[in-house]
Amino acid sequence: MEKKNAETQKNWNLETLEDGRMVLNMGPSHPAMHGIVRVLLTVRGERVTDADVEIGYLHRGFEKTCENVTYNQCVPYTDRLNYVSPFINNVGFALAVEKLMGIETPARCQYIRVIMSELSRLTDHLTCVGANAMELAAFTVYFYLINAREELYRLTDAVAGGRITPAYTRVGGLTRDLPPDFARMAAEAFKKVRKNLSDADKLLTRNRIFYDRLHNTGHISKEDAISFSFTGPALRSTGVPLDVRKATPYLVYDRFDFDIPVGSNGDNYDRYLVRMEEMKQSMRIVEQALAQLPDGPISHPDFSVTLPPKEEVSCNIEALMAHFKLTIEGVKPPKGEVYQAVEGGNGEVGFYIVSDGTGKPWRLRVRPPCFALTGGLPQMIKGGYIADIISTFGQINMIGGELER
Amino acid sequence: MTSYLLETIRSKFPDDILETHAFRGDETVLLKKEALLKAAAFLKDDLGFDFLMDLTAADYLPREPRFELVCHFYSSKHNYRLRLKCPVGADDPKVDSLTPLWAGANWFEREAYDMYGIKFEGHPDLRRILMYDGFEGHPLRKDYPLKQRQPRIPHRG
Repeated sequence: MEKKNAETQKNWNLETLEDGRMVLNMGPSHPAMHGIVRVLLTVRGERVTDADVEIGYLHRGFEKTCENVTYNQCVPYTDRLNYVSPFINNVGFALAVEKLMGIETPARCQYIRVIMSELSRLTDHLTCVGANAMELAAFTVYFYLINAREELYRLTDAVAGGRITPAYTRVGGLTRDLPPDFARMAAEAFKKVRKNLSDADKLLTRNRIFYDRLHNTGHISKEDAISFSFTGPALRSTGVPLDVRKATPYLVYDRFDFDIPVGSNGDNYDRYLVRMEEMKQSMRIVEQALAQLPDGPISHPDFSVTLPPKEEVSCNIEALMAHFKLTIEGVKPPKGEVYQAVEGGNGEVGFYIVSDGTGKPWRLRVRPPCFALTGGLPQMIKGGYIADIISTFGQINMIGGELER
Repeated sequence: MTSYLLETIRSKFPDDILETHAFRGDETVLLKKEALLKAAAFLKDDLGFDFLMDLTAADYLPREPRFELVCHFYSSKHNYRLRLKCPVGADDPKVDSLTPLWAGANWFEREAYDMYGIKFEGHPDLRRILMYDGFEGHPLRKDYPLKQRQPRIPHRG
């Protein structure tokens, strides 16, 4: 193995360049940097002339770890990718493995996956907008939105037994069904979420200070956004109506009536508006899904995919063998490779899996939406004020767990 | 059964395509690494694949050529996906960079370099991205031990 020398050593010290510009370190530990990231700025006065983003402080070797465990053991690790919208990662991973195996889950399972994904999108956007508002000194709004998020966390807690790390899906199904009075609980939670969202909307959207901090800052053009592989709200804010849920519908998203909000200006304010509208659309989807929710099993019936029920395992030798094989060796997809994309809170979350026919993935790659967004961050902050980095960085919604895996 | 898209690429680069296949609806083109840049440019300019959704690599040790560079393209105009792969040998792990075509390739390629040691020629700033300066080896290679530990690096002043 070759030894990496220090040919790319940067000068980390605060210094003044010959032309009067100054090198300024932002982070890695900075109150407005979600997670840990270092932005190395070159500034002329208050203006950013050059920026270099350094990441890698939260790399945990997710992909390497997953190559050494069975498919179902990967699920809890996927929780820790985007930890404010864990269900979307769970669902994306399960869908990728199911696509590899060529199986489809029962209708009820698909509806529940949609419901949980949309709840996750809500928590993701609530956190993003709330934290963004807090960093721009609107602390009250943070509490409104985090309280709304807490309502949703209670809801997901009742379903999956976990607020942030639910590990809810399994290959071919789910760990458990919805609780019996879920529809009532969801309706009550949504009432509070709507109230808090409307309060936040009144406090932020036409607020002169908030508007000035977001409008025309962190601007990116449509062409640049596409070139930087942007997806999600950051891409849609430039006016490209690309959403995986509409473009290549997975699960049962084609059965719901919902809109894809787009911006026109490609700035932080448009990203904020897109997120606010998407939350309303997510609640619409959940309400439609709950109204249509069919009865039936939540897991694939084949015992080579999902665990047999416990009473079967105790009384039936076939089921006992299936249980043993699944637990020890794991599900075994055929040889092949697939790419499955789902729409995450920040954009397209893609899972690329290569199977060699054994119970462990040969290669598991996650395409994190944040990675492309953070890669485009220097482009968005160049030319702006140092203070604008806060709002741009907040609207990029960088999630360290997903960015660095 | 090959689709119209795979046929088009095949007829455009008859000498460079090693294999095309479709598995579970994912269409894949396997081509020589020398043709990567021109094939990608053809996809972008003529076939409307405007997004480089993902770029990564995979290690197939002990097979030779050992690595595979994997690119996922998406066309927002035609709403279509395509996977492009090229084998990369361990003795000369170099491919052309896609940064002239997509700015987003910059970070994806840095990650592939960091994790697999594949060098991208023409990349403006090829250095590690997730691991730190001074890290030895490339962690996603199959011969990199799972629980390998490395000595702590001294504090950088």
